[in-house]
Amino acid sequence: MTASAIGALALILVVAPLLPALAGRTVAFLTGRRGAPLLQPYRDLAKLLGKGAVYSRTTTGVFRLAPAVVLGAALVAAGLLPLDGRRGLAGFGGDMIAFAGLLALGRLLLALAGLDTGSSFEGMGASRELGFATFSEPALFLVLGALALATGESSLGGMLGAPLARAWARAPATLAMVGVSLGIVLLAEASRGPVDDPATHLELTMIHEVTILDHGGPDLGILLYGSALKFALFAALLAGTFLPRAAWPAPLAVAALLPALALVAILVGVIESAMARLRLVQVPHLLTGAAALAALGVVLRVR
Amino acid sequence: MDRFGDVVLLLVLMTNFAVLVTGRLSACIRIMTAQGVLLAMLPLASGARFGVHIAVLTAGTLAIKAGVLPRILRWAIREAPVRRELAPSIGPIGGVLLGLAAVGLAFGVATRLPHAAGLAVEGLVPVSLASLMMGFVVLTTRQKALSLVIGYLMLENGIYVFGLTLAGDIPLLVELGVLLDVFVGVFIMGLVVFQIQRELESQDSRRLTELRD
Repeated sequence: MTASAIGALALILVVAPLLPALAGRTVAFLTGRRGAPLLQPYRDLAKLLGKGAVYSRTTTGVFRLAPAVVLGAALVAAGLLPLDGRRGLAGFGGDMIAFAGLLALGRLLLALAGLDTGSSFEGMGASRELGFATFSEPALFLVLGALALATGESSLGGMLGAPLARAWARAPATLAMVGVSLGIVLLAEASRGPVDDPATHLELTMIHEVTILDHGGPDLGILLYGSALKFALFAALLAGTFLPRAAWPAPLAVAALLPALALVAILVGVIESAMARLRLVQVPHLLTGAAALAALGVVLRVR
Repeated sequence: MDRFGDVVLLLVLMTNFAVLVTGRLSACIRIMTAQGVLLAMLPLASGARFGVHIAVLTAGTLAIKAGVLPRILRWAIREAPVRRELAPSIGPIGGVLLGLAAVGLAFGVATRLPHAAGLAVEGLVPVSLASLMMGFVVLTTRQKALSLVIGYLMLENGIYVFGLTLAGDIPLLVELGVLLDVFVGVFIMGLVVFQIQRELESQDSRRLTELRD
């Protein structure tokens, strides 16, 4: 556990709500609107945390448990990720599986909470959330597997650390393919276009937004923060893949996280405004394509 | 496998996957044009000494695979009312999975083949085998006559890539002869597709089994 790891973790925890706002702001800019101020998510969070929670009588403990588990899982996953380009707060061989598993745990609880409300809309959202996860999780595993094969390391700290810089010199094409695949997974996991539309307010078309429709007050705030943190984690993973910073001085490596995250958020905004949302049946095609790219990377490295 | 030639080969694989996922016939033709351009770049990257031989091969490949063949195919479907493969027996996801299986198999087999040592581009053999198999996948899962021509072209491009492992050694005349054969083959197939279209007002090759005289 190093000072730079703690610093990077603190940085990402603070700036996480900025990322969806920055992506939204980019979309607004490209479509000729002004958009919400960048600090709006913080105001929203403060407002939501100050409210009381209202629970429907049909819900059980699962519904109340979900926000805590979603945020907790994302926080532990953040501790595993080498945010400063060296190593996370905790790192061990095979922690990439723990990383993916923690995010899956958060998703499971979110879906269960959606089903717990007994509302058909949220059941639909949960079904979509899990249905797309069926395709995005194998893609994520293939991405992590390809990274592990390219670097010969099995921990996130290793595969995004110094060995990655050497792997880029040896196998740039493989890593570029893996990076593109990871970018598509990010779009799906962060519920951004063309997979999901964060701006839609029609229950039939929403995916992530509809699953959390019945949460209110602090619960909603925690869920919003949790999903922003998930976005930030994937953005950091993407940034770490394309920009191995292990050889940089520690303060610079931590500071570089900020522009890297901002760049990812802006790119997401550009993609979102340049592409129409895919039809629901086409989302699995996109994610299968991402998985195929990563699998190709694995094949190229296995030989 | 990450030098220039290998990057081109990877892009060839990507174009193959693109054919497997797309059902639109005109898009398939465009993708095959792109693949033709990529294949034309391969002789330059295959490590053979640059000379008249390689230059002619590149120019010939570019002219035929990226110029003439797409034109013939476009001519063949210009009257077709149906622009996409309506009923492929497998969807895009199945196509990608089969393609991945083909790629995995090709790379697995290629390392066990006793190939000439010192190939400048080690990806040539596996990519050619993968192209062959993906061509077969297209041939077996599509019904439109034009899709079958596309599958045949993918197969032929696989053979072409395999031939490049010997680019320095085969006489130029043989390779140009092969290119000419492909040209004639696709020309005739284009005519056949056009005739099927005219006679049956459909390109469904399954209906050919019902032909009586």
